Amino acid sequence: MTDVAAEGEATGFAIHPMDQFIVKRFFCDPAHADCTSNIGAFEITNVTVWMAATVLAIIALMVFGSRGRAIIPSRIQSVGEMIYGFIYKMVEDVTGHDGVKYFPFVMTLFLFVLFSNLLGLIPMSFTTTSHVAVTVTLALSVFLFVTILGLVKNGIGFLGMFWVSSAPLALRPVLAVIEVISYFVRPVSHSIRLAGNLMAGHAVMKVFAGFASMAVISPVAVGAVTAIYGLELLVAVVQAYVFTILTCVYLKDAVGGAHH
Amino acid sequence: MATEAHEAAGAAGHSAGMPQLDTSTWDNQIFWLVVALVVIFLVLWRVALPRIGAVLAERSGTITNDLAAAEELKQKALAAEKAYNEALEKARVEAGRIVAEAKAEIQADLDKATAKADAEIAAKTAESEARIGEIRAGALESVTEVAKDTAKELVAALGGKADARSVTAAINARLKG
Repeated sequence: MTDVAAEGEATGFAIHPMDQFIVKRFFCDPAHADCTSNIGAFEITNVTVWMAATVLAIIALMVFGSRGRAIIPSRIQSVGEMIYGFIYKMVEDVTGHDGVKYFPFVMTLFLFVLFSNLLGLIPMSFTTTSHVAVTVTLALSVFLFVTILGLVKNGIGFLGMFWVSSAPLALRPVLAVIEVISYFVRPVSHSIRLAGNLMAGHAVMKVFAGFASMAVISPVAVGAVTAIYGLELLVAVVQAYVFTILTCVYLKDAVGGAHH
Repeated sequence: MATEAHEAAGAAGHSAGMPQLDTSTWDNQIFWLVVALVVIFLVLWRVALPRIGAVLAERSGTITNDLAAAEELKQKALAAEKAYNEALEKARVEAGRIVAEAKAEIQADLDKATAKADAEIAAKTAESEARIGEIRAGALESVTEVAKDTAKELVAALGGKADARSVTAAINARLKG
């Protein structure tokens, strides 16, 4: 990374694809003060601002969009209803009828990830879901929620999901070890998948945007940025969907009992 | 040269690692993430989802009701059509009955009138026949009379003395003959 930057400096243009991910104080002028060091937990940063934007966007869609309570919905209301129906059906299909009461929890995760991803695609914005700290917190909260819920609902029987009773007896201990490992790897893959996709996409876009400053390849670079932007739009929605459906799949283990 | 070096150093410092792995900002991110999630969850759980759920339920209820009402109206329409057809059939039968009755009545009147006319005609015929008979008898009598008178006159003219009885007998015999 240092080499690339140094080389860029030497040839007259610099690409800093990772600068967009830097957390900094929001009310701070970088010309006069150090905006990135020693940030306290409760300080207003760009993370705060873009999460607030996510919250406001969700409230605008789900609360103000539906304030008419119309039988024949307005456009925004019908978008909100579509998302509601989509996630509701997903929760019902994947976790079964008992899982429906966790629908607000799943909906919160879906809308947060979706809107963070989409707002992150606004030029000059900050993508909160590209940060491992955020996605790990999300994934860990799902993991802990599912594990605790499973233990509370099924007691020690919840551990039965690691004991594959359909396999030959000799294989069961081996499978149990694999199952336990895969269970604990879940939050890792769950979080890294989301952060990695977002970070890689945004970094690639930034790199191509940097190439656009070179006159020779700028048409190609601009075209590539446009194409990748379209792809990233797809990735933003698909990753939100994937994160949500995996949450539902994990939730099913806790709700649906120990049977695999 | 110095500024260039400074910029290079700054750039290198910025891109020295992934900002994601800078753990000094994690507490800030996690704090605000939790705040955002709690706000979203409360808004969705308390306001948005019940409202949208109610709207969807109301809509599906309305649609179900409308479908039921449509079905009911359809049944009513079918019943009305059936009743109409029944009434039509009944009216047709009634009309047929009335026509037959009228026909029978007319026939009866006609028969009565025909019989009366026949009777009248018969009466008239009989009367006419009687009259004709009378006239015929009258004519026959007149012929006898005229013949008697003529015979008497002839007898008288020939100088005989007319014996009324014999003349009459002769004429009667003659007329019969």
